[in-house]
Amino acid sequence: MMNAFTPPLALALVDIGRIISLTLIAAGLLWLFIRAIKLKEVERRVIFLFIFISVAAPILFPTVFKEKATPVVKAVFDKIESLPPGSKVLLSYDFDPAMAPEVQPMADAFSRHCLVKGHKIIYMCLFATGQGQFTRTMENVIRPEFPEKIDGVDYVNIGYKAGNEGVLNVIISDFKKMFPTDVNAVPYDSIEVFKGIRSCKDLDLIISIGGGRPGIKEWVLFVGDPGDVPIATGVAAVVAPQLYPYYPKQLLGLLGGVKGAAEYESELVAHYSRFKDSPTPALLMMGPQTLAHIVIMAFIIIGNVLFIQGRRKEGKR
Amino acid sequence: MKRGVPLIITFVVGTVLIFSVFIPPMENLGENFTLFFDIIAVFAFFLGGGNLLRVHLTKLTRRKRDWEYSIVTIVGFFFMLACGLFKIGNPGDISASLTAEGSWFQTIYDNVFVPLGSTMYALLAFFVASASYRAFRAKNREATILLIAAFIILLGRTPLGTFVTGWIPDSFSVLQIPNLAIWIMNSPNLAGQRAIMIGIGLGVVSMSLRLILGIERTYLGGEDK
Amino acid sequence: MKRTTLILMALVVIFFALSWIFKAMAFKGVEEHYILQGFLVTLAAFLTLSIMSFLYKDNPFYKFAEHLFVGISAAFWMSMGFWSTIVGNLFPRLSEGMSNFFKVHYIPGDYNFFFYVPVILGILLLMRLSRNYGWISRWSLAFIVGTTAGLNFIRYLRSDFINQVSSTFVPLLVDWQGIGHFFSSLNLSASGQFIMMLANWVIFLGVMCGIIYFFFSKEHTGLFGRASRVGIWILMITFGASFGYTVMGRISLLVGRITFLFRDWLGLNI
Repeated sequence: MMNAFTPPLALALVDIGRIISLTLIAAGLLWLFIRAIKLKEVERRVIFLFIFISVAAPILFPTVFKEKATPVVKAVFDKIESLPPGSKVLLSYDFDPAMAPEVQPMADAFSRHCLVKGHKIIYMCLFATGQGQFTRTMENVIRPEFPEKIDGVDYVNIGYKAGNEGVLNVIISDFKKMFPTDVNAVPYDSIEVFKGIRSCKDLDLIISIGGGRPGIKEWVLFVGDPGDVPIATGVAAVVAPQLYPYYPKQLLGLLGGVKGAAEYESELVAHYSRFKDSPTPALLMMGPQTLAHIVIMAFIIIGNVLFIQGRRKEGKR
Repeated sequence: MKRGVPLIITFVVGTVLIFSVFIPPMENLGENFTLFFDIIAVFAFFLGGGNLLRVHLTKLTRRKRDWEYSIVTIVGFFFMLACGLFKIGNPGDISASLTAEGSWFQTIYDNVFVPLGSTMYALLAFFVASASYRAFRAKNREATILLIAAFIILLGRTPLGTFVTGWIPDSFSVLQIPNLAIWIMNSPNLAGQRAIMIGIGLGVVSMSLRLILGIERTYLGGEDK
Repeated sequence: MKRTTLILMALVVIFFALSWIFKAMAFKGVEEHYILQGFLVTLAAFLTLSIMSFLYKDNPFYKFAEHLFVGISAAFWMSMGFWSTIVGNLFPRLSEGMSNFFKVHYIPGDYNFFFYVPVILGILLLMRLSRNYGWISRWSLAFIVGTTAGLNFIRYLRSDFINQVSSTFVPLLVDWQGIGHFFSSLNLSASGQFIMMLANWVIFLGVMCGIIYFFFSKEHTGLFGRASRVGIWILMITFGASFGYTVMGRISLLVGRITFLFRDWLGLNI
């Protein structure tokens, strides 16, 4: 990864790579545009190739942009920031590997933020795959960056339970009934994090990270609204627009897609210098994301040129 | 037996769960019913697994088209099941977490399940791009509105939006594309999503009531005995 | 099998065998089980590329990966469900012996025998696999349907109907601070009075018109028709926003996979 100590030759190579790839994409789009004016379509595999190049080039020759947190993201950051140390925060990993590139960076950023603030974290999941994804957070965040934090004292993983909203309907009034032990079979009563917690109503904040069903919608319906518990979320971009009706009354803030994650990461780095060298995968992803968006917008324009040209030709007939 | 008993079960369970919200002494019963539901959900996973096995064994024994790949499914299924149900290859004892680091179960999850699952969805990026080229046409006023909104969001959710309209002064900052994208999400998008949400909400409520009262019976299948 | 197919397969095998060797060499000194690590990264790359090969056309590698995914994921959910919920929630309430065997905390209770109900219903659900007694699984299905209906009824009514309606009634006029103030700050902050008022009008009218569009019991003509037309426009903006976000989401997933191929597999860390 590029940093201040990257040799000048490598930096030059990156610049050359950027220029070549951008030229290649621009030339290709121009070629497509000219073909569209001549009313000639291209095979779908050519489109696939374009998308591959526009995503692959910025990964090979990375460009990191500055991000500023939007109000919906800032609301979540400020909430975690404003809670006093020792507050109980629940992070629910409600996602699978398919959503992970978008939401795993959020999950890791939330963990970093809560742990550095000294909050006690309860990890759980409504997706069975969430338990496997938590192992990633354990390997990449907790163990290397917070070796002093103790399982059961500073955080606890209570894992997965089947039943979707059925699980939430129980923990809104009785945690122990649904989770008699953590994932390592440690009884509920001997876990220090759970001291003073009987149900979700005793938590200071709940953050659901996901993008499918069960997910944040179920958290709002079954826990947030009936228990009056503050709820925030980090979700895959596909579902983010559907959650705006809940914001800000039923949902205090939301991170939508990799952009939301990048904004959160930048906010975290800006506030805590210790995270300057921590991985910021979402910020890195914004490079390919930007180029791919441009290419897709170009496709829409080219497709419409084809459409207009086709109409004009039909009109002439 | 085939229709009467299920209708009674649905009515009793549904009614108890609704009343448990209003009558505190019934809360415990409601919780237990949901706990039962959670346990039955696991049996549904087993039903899914059993069904999968039946389909692929039938395909294999009858030598149907692509039967060779059914061997892959069955071998993969049993291997993962052995690592999961019997915790084979788990560094801890029987009480250890199933997804403990270094366990075979977690290793297969990381190196087989994750690449397969995430790549399946990653393919959609290519199809979305193809659809943008072929299907996203400004054919009429409605389609044009959709297209403009999509453009603003696509631009506004990347640093390109700031780059293009960053020169607009702060007092008119709503005209900057990233801010315009925020405004679209917070106002028209919110309104549209809310209209849809209210519609779906009413639909779910009425369907729930129809199910509990036994008016809606399609889930029982066609056999009328 | 055709000769060309066989040659192609042999080349693929050689390619990934070489990848295994190179990856193992790269991990030597870094990882304890470097040969295994090399194999696992190569396997993940092979499976990723197998799925991606579908973009060219359907082929044996894709079918292999697809079938493997189906088998593995079914077993994954079964195992997770068994250990988390059956061992974690059911056995501790059914028997002390079983709890001791699985080393989980026994939960004594006077009414624990009730927990045989979900066991029986669960077994009945499995009867669906039987051709003659499949109908009995309807009892369990009825329990699932009843629970879902009972749970959803109140929650959807409260969160997705009542709360949404209440949130739609927003102030349509702001405190008047003079024409200059009204138009001077066209930004998203609270000081932007015109923008704030515009947003509230859009929310209120947008929701009303959107609902009118979905109301099919009255013909969409006259004023009602015009409101329905505005409803369509609002919905089109909503779908446009959803499309934009969907593109963003799908691209992110592809970025994730290509990052894996370039960084973790090929080691291209620039």
